[in-house]
Amino acid sequence: MGGRHLAESIVTDTATRILSDLADPQSVNRARDTAWEPALWRALSGAGLPLAWVPEELGGVGGESADGFELARVSGEFASPAPLTETLLAGWLLAQAKIASPTGVMTVAPCRWNDVIGMRRDGRLMGRARGVPFAAASEHIAVVVTGAEGCRIACVATSACRIAIGKSLAGDKVGEVTFDDVKPIAIADAPTGFDAAKLMTMGAAMRALETAGALQALLRMSTQYAGERVAFGKPIAKFQAVQHNLARLAGEAAAAMAAASSAADALSTIAADPRKFDEGIFLEVAAARIRSAEAATEGAAIAHQVFGAIGFTKEHVLHRFTMRMLSWRDDFGNESQWALELGNQIARRGADGLWPFLSSR
Amino acid sequence: MSTALQFDPIRLPPECEVLRREVRAFLAEEIAAGTFDPAAIETDDLFNREFSRRVGKKGWIGITWPKKYGGQERSFLERYVITEEFRIANAPVRLHFTADRQSGPVLIKYANEALKADILPRITRGECCFGIGMSEPNSGSDLFAASTKATKTDGGYRINGTKVWTSNAHNADYLIAIFRTAPATKENRRHGLTSFLVDMKSPGITVSPIYNLTGLHDFNEVVFGDMFIPDTHVLGEIDGAWKQATSELAFERSGPERFLETFIVMIELVRVLGAKPDVRAAEALGRLVAQVHTLRRMSVSVNGMLQAGKEPIVEASVVKDLGTVWEQRLPHRAREIAAFVDSGDVTNRALFEEHLAFATMIAPKLTLQGGTTEVLRGIIARGLGLR
Repeated sequence: MGGRHLAESIVTDTATRILSDLADPQSVNRARDTAWEPALWRALSGAGLPLAWVPEELGGVGGESADGFELARVSGEFASPAPLTETLLAGWLLAQAKIASPTGVMTVAPCRWNDVIGMRRDGRLMGRARGVPFAAASEHIAVVVTGAEGCRIACVATSACRIAIGKSLAGDKVGEVTFDDVKPIAIADAPTGFDAAKLMTMGAAMRALETAGALQALLRMSTQYAGERVAFGKPIAKFQAVQHNLARLAGEAAAAMAAASSAADALSTIAADPRKFDEGIFLEVAAARIRSAEAATEGAAIAHQVFGAIGFTKEHVLHRFTMRMLSWRDDFGNESQWALELGNQIARRGADGLWPFLSSR
Repeated sequence: MSTALQFDPIRLPPECEVLRREVRAFLAEEIAAGTFDPAAIETDDLFNREFSRRVGKKGWIGITWPKKYGGQERSFLERYVITEEFRIANAPVRLHFTADRQSGPVLIKYANEALKADILPRITRGECCFGIGMSEPNSGSDLFAASTKATKTDGGYRINGTKVWTSNAHNADYLIAIFRTAPATKENRRHGLTSFLVDMKSPGITVSPIYNLTGLHDFNEVVFGDMFIPDTHVLGEIDGAWKQATSELAFERSGPERFLETFIVMIELVRVLGAKPDVRAAEALGRLVAQVHTLRRMSVSVNGMLQAGKEPIVEASVVKDLGTVWEQRLPHRAREIAAFVDSGDVTNRALFEEHLAFATMIAPKLTLQGGTTEVLRGIIARGLGLR
């Protein structure tokens, strides 16, 4: 991606500072309205974070690929309810077709394997995208348009689409976006070989990092709580059964982080250039998606077990992490769908190709 | 204490891939020459003197050790590549594996110069087999309950007692064993054990086989009847073995052998499923691949930390816990996945079932050897600051 280098620690520090000041999970959970949302977004935008993946000439900051992945991880650590990763992905997508990014909240479509957005001969878009995160909150949607002669990338005003608003497990707004004769603001050919799967790949990698970040936070919270909560005359952290549950949570958090960091590293090495997405990248991202989603399932269950009834209340902050992590499993292809693709790829390579392939990473 | 475990995405550097090609070529030659069969079920043939000597000639035993002791001063990541390629090929490494992995590094750290100069070069030449004398009839996971006694005498110690589950004792030239030199104290129940180098040629040692449930002879009972060990063979601090035990663990617990022991079942499963598996089988296969890739990336990461001079004991315990639980479950998953596949090559199916049966039989040991799941989770819990 080149451009100006944002040192990893600066991005991390900036995002961490903004999120702790303006999106502390406890305060967000207690808030009676959404008045905190604009201030958070202003701060994130002011620091240039949502457009970290957009080159300067297209209106962005021109950060490194690694910066965006690091933002996803930090965002997950705070169970952040801001559409940061969605806007990052949209900026990345538009940049592939050299389309300048508008300011404001963006999201991407399609986000499911089987959803297809097409284009009529008059240049208007048709189709439906389900499960689009933050669709209603966005001002623009970056769209992969699939056609007989290759793909195009379009920037669409959200107001031109019909949106049926739903909610994710975490209460975040998710939309079913219908493109019914929508005229894009900008549209251009995607690079040769680009298709919707490339967006799914980037999206899945981002969700894996967010999940890994959330699991780190869950491990920290659960360990701390177990040291404070007294039952049977001692902190529950002193019971071997609880210790072993927390050790398992540490293992799940570590596996999710290892798989997600490995995928982010692989993508950063090729500057997230979709023309270089090969089968090795596919393995890295699929494994990150699958392993982090499995870790989310296991990890959420363990954390709730540690916290007991208090963690099952609306008032407690735990659900902000667990429910968001569980809902992330379904964005950009769930882990079963990625596993099916990966399994088929492995089967095509055959038994004697398995180890050479694994050991090439 | 921080709860965040570090697993940096370390990549194997180019010299590792050069080495991997050399190792594969060497193993292919050995297979072609009939030294071993990569598809064979484990047998006692995994102990092969001539093969270990040829590996030693290549410089692949003790590869990370100082040159003055016969090592190559190469990296832990290169050692990692050798370990995983030998494991995947099912190569007969039993003679040198333990010495290469942990006994050699212990000697380098705690033995006197004369012992190092004598023994380490022999290990690197593939001539020297080691065993580990930890467990006793009443001391397994509870290592510090060991009671085999070392009584001080002129110029050394007299050893009396029994070790069990001692892998390789019947082949070993040496054991590294812990014996009780003093009682535990009230303040420290770990006090009083000392680590020794045992020359298996010493009079007063009786090795008897204990056959495991597969019928194979790997572990043994080792009885010491007034065996003499000279003072020069004490490793490290008298009564202080507990301080030394932990650093060994990072080496012992993080390697690819901790998740690849049943991997051949997965290879044969892919063969049985063919190029177009049904949806259920393909999805399940994809999940297995995601796991093994993740474990491998974690293991490489830990070896990168070892190379950087760190002691990632908690991280290594995480790798072994996740890895062994996974490899133990693998044959059972493979069986379920293959349940509806009822066609295809009969020979492939037979090979798959043979490996499946063997892996199912050895599965119980995977979460016991080298630290049980429960012990590992205790170490992780301590790392989290819970103990």
